Amino acid sequence: MLSEIVLLGLNHKTAPIELRECLAFSADQASTALGNGLNSPYISEILLISTCNRMEILMTAPDCAPAIDVAKQMISDIKQIPVSEFSDALYVHTGNDAIRHVFRVASSLDSMVVGEPQILGQIKDAYLTAVQNKTSGVILNRLLHKTFFVAKRVRSETGIGDHAVSISYAAIELGRKIFGELEGKKVLLVGAGEMAELAVEHLIRNRSGAIFVANRTFERGVELAGRFRGRAIRFEEIPEYLKVVDIVISSTGAPGYILTPPSVKSAMKVRKNRPLFFIDIAVPRDIDPDINRMGNAYVYDIDDLKNVIDENIEDRNREAIKGERIVDEAVIQFRKWYESLDAVPTIVALRAKLERIADAENQKTFHTLKHLSDEDRNAIQRMSQSMINKILHDPMVYLRRNGCYGDKSLHIDWTRKLFNLDNDNQE
Amino acid sequence: MENVIIGVTFLYLLSSAGYIAYLFLQKDVLHRISGYVLGAAFLGHTGAIGYRFLMAGQMPVSDLHETLSMAGWAIVGVYILFQHQFNLKVLGAFAVPLASMVMIASDLLPRIPLLVQSGLRSTWLVFHVLAIFSGEAAFALACGIGVLYLIQEKTIKTKRRKFFYKRLPSLEFLDSSGYVCVVVGFTLLTIGLATGFVYAKMIWGKFLSWDPKEIWSGVTWLLYAALIHERLVVGWRGRKSAILAIIGFCAVIFTFLGVNLLMKGHHEVFTRW
Repeated sequence: MLSEIVLLGLNHKTAPIELRECLAFSADQASTALGNGLNSPYISEILLISTCNRMEILMTAPDCAPAIDVAKQMISDIKQIPVSEFSDALYVHTGNDAIRHVFRVASSLDSMVVGEPQILGQIKDAYLTAVQNKTSGVILNRLLHKTFFVAKRVRSETGIGDHAVSISYAAIELGRKIFGELEGKKVLLVGAGEMAELAVEHLIRNRSGAIFVANRTFERGVELAGRFRGRAIRFEEIPEYLKVVDIVISSTGAPGYILTPPSVKSAMKVRKNRPLFFIDIAVPRDIDPDINRMGNAYVYDIDDLKNVIDENIEDRNREAIKGERIVDEAVIQFRKWYESLDAVPTIVALRAKLERIADAENQKTFHTLKHLSDEDRNAIQRMSQSMINKILHDPMVYLRRNGCYGDKSLHIDWTRKLFNLDNDNQE
Repeated sequence: MENVIIGVTFLYLLSSAGYIAYLFLQKDVLHRISGYVLGAAFLGHTGAIGYRFLMAGQMPVSDLHETLSMAGWAIVGVYILFQHQFNLKVLGAFAVPLASMVMIASDLLPRIPLLVQSGLRSTWLVFHVLAIFSGEAAFALACGIGVLYLIQEKTIKTKRRKFFYKRLPSLEFLDSSGYVCVVVGFTLLTIGLATGFVYAKMIWGKFLSWDPKEIWSGVTWLLYAALIHERLVVGWRGRKSAILAIIGFCAVIFTFLGVNLLMKGHHEVFTRW
């Protein structure tokens, strides 16, 4: 019998973070797992994916049930955790469902944030580990290559990777809609905070201009400015610098507004109404929302940015539907190849090919030997038929029996290639 | 000749439909095809106007039908140049339908048999007409871009980022490209007025006859002069600049049509119908 594709695993939807932490495989552990898996007679090929959001084992096995038990036991042995603790969180897919699942995961359709780009790289790493440990064979090789192809197609043909889904990226995107290019735009960071600093880092990556840092405690400001290669300014100097900078990112713990319309108004005059973009990440807010009513000044607070992200996530989910269609198509294509690996269709195709050749050659011969009687012709045809049977006997026995000794799909694949069966069928 | 103009109008309409479809569907192929159709129509239109020019020996602006056709031609020509320079893809959905409507109005108006007026044969007049029409077409684009700016500013300010937010470019881009249109239009208008004055001096012996058309052209010129001055000196950009570009274009339309239709003057002949 042909090996079945089996996938078992858990992800952020089925398992809480505490459990996922316990089951995360390090690189060494993954190699051990792959080796152990292949030692079992129930598993023909194996691959292990472990990221912070998921742990999955992909394998091919002649028989599903014992292979799944072996895999569970293996996880339990390596991670030192009883099977009962994680078996409820496990999902198991076989056949088409397993293929679809791998495609969806790699295309980032199954991710916590749909469209996040890291997962494809993580699966490539997992595949590389499997290749290095020689635990992937004909089926998984083909499946993974198809997976990479599908993931790329989904990314390039749908918008699942478009638009920011983090606060700091959303702020950068808005900046682009205001300024066009962010290159050379001067930035003022007021206060400090993880999100604000991340936004500054994104801006620097977009080749923004000078960075100024204002902090209540000047020493802290100097330290931060050093990190961004910027300049620390005193808190009282902020109104003065509004005349110079283009983007203000504010994230202080102040109880009231730090910037109010009058100070912005006087700065606007000096800057000849060049646009000024305020990103207010602080709660309570630092920047008076009334500033947004002034010409050429734009204020976005944390809630506004969150709304932007929510809309973008909705967009991505809409695009994901297109991705699902691409995945479905690919599953059908892969299945077709996979089914051709079974012994029976291969033998049928091989016999058909030989008969086609014999028939064509017989006809050619009969054409030149016109004096043959019908009886003679029948005799010759019977002879060629029995030659085909004799020739095919050993290969047939070999292909049918071979399942017990090793990877049958490998030999079938070779046979199909050796006799060029797939291309013949297409003709 | 009439069939050519009607065919051109039809192609403009087709191109408009393509640009509007592009605005909604955002498929680049629509934009490209609309561009080709528009280019073909523009060539045909240029041929038709050139033919009229050769036949009459003067700029074909002797009645409202011809004048509007010339205006439509100028809008499309300036739009094609602008598009080539700035690649502001959504503008086609505003500029080309405008040109199409002008052409439809032109087609509906009666054609008046050509009167060859020897006084109108002059190189100065050719420059006068070309400069004024292209300048006004540039103002039309500036107005369209001003509208786009106001839309985009509103979506960013009100934080309702729906239909237009994704389709329109950055505020900075709209602001600066609109300003380029205003400057180009203003330069052409200045040249047009100057050649007009020289021509008037040749025909009537005086630069200025306080004709309503002349007065309103002066008003329009002052409006745009104010816009450019304020921008350079005080820094009127963004919203104020956009609104002024729209008001300026209203003045252009009034000078172009309103004065002829409502008041008397020596330009009256060009808008007979």
